[in-house]
This record gives sequence, structure tokens and C-alpha cells, in this order.
Amino acid sequence: MKAKHQRLTLVILALVALGGAAALALSALGDRATYFYAPTDVVTKGVEPGRAVRLGGMVADGSIKRDADGVTYHFVVTDNLNSTPVVFKGVPPDLFTENSGVIAEGRFDAKGQFIADNLLAKHDERYMPPEVAGAMHKTDTVE
Amino acid sequence: MIAELGLAALWMAAALSLLQLGVPALGLRRDDPAWIAAARPLAVAQGVLVLLAFACLIWVFAITDLSVKLVAENSHPDKPWLYKIAGSWGNHEGSMLLWVTVLAVAGAGIALLERRISGRMVAATLAAQAAIGLGFHAFLLFASNPFTRLDPPAATGAGLNPLLQDPGLAFHPPTLYFGYVGLSVAFAYAVAALALREVGPTFARAMRPWVLGAWVWLTLGITAGSYWAYYELGWGGYWFWDPVENASLMPWLAATALLHSVTVLATRDALRAWTVMLGVVAFSMSMVGTFLVRSGILTSVHAFAVDPRRGGFILALLAIYIGAALILFALRAGTVREGAPFDAVSREGGLVLNNLLLSAILGVVFVGTLYPLAAEALSGTKLSVGPPYFEATAGPLGLLLIGLIGAGPILQWRRDDPTRLARRLALPVLAGVIAALMAVAVWNARGALIVAAFAVAVMAAIASPIPLFRRKLRRTPLHVFGMVLAHLGVAVSLFGMAANAAFTKEALVAVAPGDSFALGDFTATFRGVDPVAGPNWTAIEAAIDVRRGAADPIRLTPQARTYSSPVTETTEASIVTRWDGQLYGVLGQQNEDGRWQVRLWWKPFVTLIWVGGCLIALGGIIALGGRLWRERRRHDR
Repeated sequence: MKAKHQRLTLVILALVALGGAAALALSALGDRATYFYAPTDVVTKGVEPGRAVRLGGMVADGSIKRDADGVTYHFVVTDNLNSTPVVFKGVPPDLFTENSGVIAEGRFDAKGQFIADNLLAKHDERYMPPEVAGAMHKTDTVE
Repeated sequence: MIAELGLAALWMAAALSLLQLGVPALGLRRDDPAWIAAARPLAVAQGVLVLLAFACLIWVFAITDLSVKLVAENSHPDKPWLYKIAGSWGNHEGSMLLWVTVLAVAGAGIALLERRISGRMVAATLAAQAAIGLGFHAFLLFASNPFTRLDPPAATGAGLNPLLQDPGLAFHPPTLYFGYVGLSVAFAYAVAALALREVGPTFARAMRPWVLGAWVWLTLGITAGSYWAYYELGWGGYWFWDPVENASLMPWLAATALLHSVTVLATRDALRAWTVMLGVVAFSMSMVGTFLVRSGILTSVHAFAVDPRRGGFILALLAIYIGAALILFALRAGTVREGAPFDAVSREGGLVLNNLLLSAILGVVFVGTLYPLAAEALSGTKLSVGPPYFEATAGPLGLLLIGLIGAGPILQWRRDDPTRLARRLALPVLAGVIAALMAVAVWNARGALIVAAFAVAVMAAIASPIPLFRRKLRRTPLHVFGMVLAHLGVAVSLFGMAANAAFTKEALVAVAPGDSFALGDFTATFRGVDPVAGPNWTAIEAAIDVRRGAADPIRLTPQARTYSSPVTETTEASIVTRWDGQLYGVLGQQNEDGRWQVRLWWKPFVTLIWVGGCLIALGGIIALGGRLWRERRRHDR
């Protein structure tokens, strides 16, 4: 292979690799990026069942219930306008309590119930996840 | 007084770094040997001063001087000694001072030890280093002064986040910083070589130990960080594709690519422009990592700063350095002469493929990490990109890359015969296929990616020692052993990941004392809970006996801990290692009916993930030692 051709081949290969990586990244992002929804977004925009999303808001007062197995939780996430029922099986974080901010990662089932794989609540009680603060703020201005 | 001494040393070091940038740069311009030679003593003096400032910081933390704001905010008189010292870099200001310290000490190291390249190259490298140092000095002095006094002094300290009070974590940030700074040295060499038009094997040989050293530190840092997340967070996972984790992975990927391409440049004088470009990219990734972690745009245990000015400052530094380097590259790339030619099937060709795959992985990780930030900044959309994205993109690319581990090292430089390659790889490929079939048929593994991972891991493990066959082992250079060990480590680590993904068993129950439950072929019995106490925490400790067949029971003792300063609750997982895996137990909350939530995992061969990481780092250390020793012998002759 001639020297000139070699540099050209390498440049083309590099561009193809980078282009391929970019295409792969963008198509995967379209399918797999996890969007954040507040309960009002769920009502207004709608979420297809089975798609991985994050649901954020406050845990509604008096809504936490536990099944007989002792590890399955039912609760309601609210943004003061709308609310969404959530099921979570697992050990919730220490600061998972009623009237505090939470982000649930999971997906909706066909019945419109949110099946959470993971709950996020920060240890510090002054902390509110930024997305939740944003969602609460939005509904405040709507009211 | 000590704090003022530290601050004074820092200001003087900043002034010296300005000189270290200006004097050699002007000297090179005017071709004045005295000015060029001034770079070395300036770099040494700057290193000594910054080291003094860092020693002062450690001192005020060691004696818990509560009149220093940083100490009052991050330390506590009752803290164990090790964490008082580690606390000096377990916060934003201290960690940035550590950054600058490592940078300046590395500069002094170049000034004292570098004898292989010309005095002009040394001066240009040190000037480029000083340019980086200057930015960080400004950042420290204007936006993150670690020595600010409190008047009046605080009555007591606020303490250190208990999650960070862990011996592994005390040394995790310095490890990564050594890696980041090592890459900044490689960057300085690359910029110097571009500026002086000396891109060639000599430059590559001078840069290589720094790249190798940085890469070893990054490997150790990532391995330690991953194990820390595994046992400290209590979620049973070892890698979460968290932006902070990606911040350490991206420089590692770039450094791995650079490590391979610099070898081509040093040995065969090919891939010149590409290697220089990778040097710029690798340092950019270190800066992006520092930006992600230090700017406070992420909420995580790692993100200390929430001062937006700081994020802006680091972003500006990032833009200046990378922008300047890219402009220099654009101006000079045309003057970099074409390297030596090679065939597609050759060692060089294999390394090009390695570099392309690593760059592609770096690209998808970069996009996935920064896309949420960009989306929010541009359109206000809130989203996160998690494991599903990274597994779908980086997963297959990574498997392809590891699959090539067997082929690359047995190829000959310049030109090789494809049939010879196929003959030598037949056995490893066959073993990989058999492993995949057995994983599916005998052990019921599911998922294309997981089965492929088993095949690739077994193939790479068997193929990696082939470069040692039919060689006189006593005459084989050390770096070949290092390479074989590192490649074997990758295979071992991948096997651990595949086994963990395919065969992990989990039990999640609420139990009263005396209750038993099943976990795969184990039977676990919950014995009850007891209060226990440590130096600055109290805890509730559960006792769980786990039995497999007729063997003696294994006692797991997970805790729910409460730290006193600051008051924080954490869960301490209990982990017991057996030859074929780990038992991992977590204690949850107590229900109203008195039962306790318990989560148990059996993770087959999970330890191999970190054993592999250590093998990779050890391979790097051996290669580095071998290279330095050879260089020295050559120099003595």
C-alpha cells in the first residue's frame, strides 16, 4: 500500500468508526433514554407501557401500604395536581417516607400502575431531587 | 500560621508557573539556551512549593485546626486519624489542591529525570505543563481557596460524609488524580512535539512511561471505585454507568487507546498524527471527568461543589486547553510527515482496529454521559441515560474488542499471513464456542450478550498467553509478560461479569428470628438482631446463617448503621467470599409486625471482576518496570 493511500484509508476508517458509533449511540438513545415524568406529565403526555421511565414527585400522605410478604410496597406519587399509583418490591431507601420527594425508576404496566425497580430518595432531609423540585415548581405555577 | 504559609507557598508557586510558561517559550522563540535551560529549575521549585502547600493542608487537618473554614466544614476532632488525613482531599478545595500538587510534582519529575529527549523538547513540555498548572492555580486561588480562615473559629467540625469514611475511598480520589495528571503530562509532551515538529519514535518513547503509569493508576482507581460501590452502597451492583463512574472510564478508554498507538509510534514510527490526537483526547477526557465531578452539575456522593461559578471556571479551562490544543493540531497536522507503511493484516493493522473500537466505545459512553446534560441545557427536557443504553452500545463493541485480544499480539509487524493467524487462533476459538454451548445447555445461561461474553472471555483467556509460546522465557522482555498478564486480566474480569449477570440468585424476604428461606441451593436462617457500636457509630446487626448442603453454615452480619457526626444512616452489607462466589447480605427496615427485611444474593465468581482489574494493573506495572529498566540499560550503554 502506498504511503499516501495509507493515510487516506486510515482517515476514512476512523470516520466510518466514529460515524458508526454516533449512529449506534443515537439510535440507542432514541429507544433507551429514560425520560423523567411527573404525574401530570403522565396524564397529559401519556407513557407507553413497558418503556423505562423515571417517575418523580412527593409520596402522598397516608398512601404507603405494605403487602403481607413484608417487602412489597404500594404508594402514590403526587405533584399536587395528579397522582400515580406505584408498586415497589425491595428495600426502600431510609428516607422514603410520606410527604417527601422520591424518584421511582421503572415502567408502567398495562393497567396504568407504575412498577418501580428502584427508588431514589436522598439521605439528607433538606435534599429534594432537582427533577422533583422542578416538577413541584411547575405545578405550583400552574395553580 | 500554617494555613498562611500554605497560601503563600501556593501564590509563589502560581507565580513560578507563569515564569515556567513564559521563560522557556520565549527562549525557544529566540533560541536562547540559557532561557530554555531555565525551565528545569523553575519546574523543580514550583513542585517543592506546591508540595509545601499540600503538606500545610494535611497539617491543619491532622491537628483539626477549626479556624480554617475547610477543616471546620469537613472534619471533626473525634474522627479516626486516617480519615482526618484523607479528609484533606475528601472535599472540593482539598482535592483540587491535590490535583495541582500531583501536576507540579510530575513537572518536577520531568525536569529532574528526563534525559532521553532534547533540552528544547523538555523546555516545551514543561512550558505546556505550566500552562495547565497556571489555570488550576488560578482556579484554586480565586474560586476554591483551601486555606480560608474562619473568624471566630468553629466550636466543632461538621464531619465527613460517613459513606466516604472507608479506607478504600480514602485512596480512591488520589489514585484517579494520578491517572488524570499522568495524562496531562502525555498531553504536554504531545503539544511540545507538535509545536517543535518532533513527532517521532523518540517522543513516543519519552511519553510512553507516563501514559503507562497514568493508565495503571486509572485502572486501579476504577477497580477500587467499583469494589467500593459494590460493598458500600449495598445494592449488589459493581458498575452503575453513573456519570461519575463514566468520568473515570472515559479517560481510561482514551489512555488504553493511546497506550496501544504510542507503541506503534515508538516501535514502527507509524500513526504519528493519530497518536498526538489521542494524547489531546485523553487529556480532554480527564478534564471532562474533572468537570463532571467537580462542577456540581451532578448530584451524587462525589459531587461536593454546588457553586456554579466553579463549574463555569472548569468549563472555561477545558475550553481553553482543548481549543488551543486542537488549533495547534490543525495548524501542524499537515507538517507531521507520513509514518512507515504497513499491510492491513499486521500488528499495526490490529492496533488500528483496537484504537478504532476503543474510540467508538469512548464515543458512545461520551454521548450517553453528556446527552442528558445537553438535552436539559438546550430544551429543558429531563431525562437520564442508564444501563440499558450503555449495555446495548458499549457491550457489543467491548465484546468485539476483547475478542480481538487473542489475535493482535500474535500478529507480526508490517505484514502477516492470514492463514497463519487462523491456524494459531483455532484452538482458542473452538474453546470459546464450547464454553458458550456449555453455558447455554448445561448451566442455562440466557441472553445473547451474556452467552457471547462467556465465549469471548474463554477465547481471550486461552489466546492471551500465546505470545509466550516457543520463546525462550528468560530472554523474553518483561513488557511482553506485562501485556500477557493485562490481556488475561481483561478475560478474567469479563468472565466474572458474565457469571454474575447470568447466575446471580437473589432472595428478598421479611423474616422473624428463626425463619428460614431459600436462596438458590442455599438455605438461610435469620437468627435475630443485636445492637453493636463502633468509634463514631452505633448499629443494629443481624445474624443470618447460610448453609449449602451439609457444609458448615456461613454467618452473615449485615448492619444498619447510624453515624454520630454528622448524623447519617447507612446500610453495611455483609459479604462472605467463597472460592466460587460471594454471599452478599443487606439488612433492611423493621416492619410494624416486628419482621425484618433481608436481602441476600449469591453472586458466582463475582470476585473475578476485581481480580481481573488487579491483573490488568499488575500487567501495566510489570510492563512499565520492564520498559524503564531497558531504557536505562540502553542509556547506560
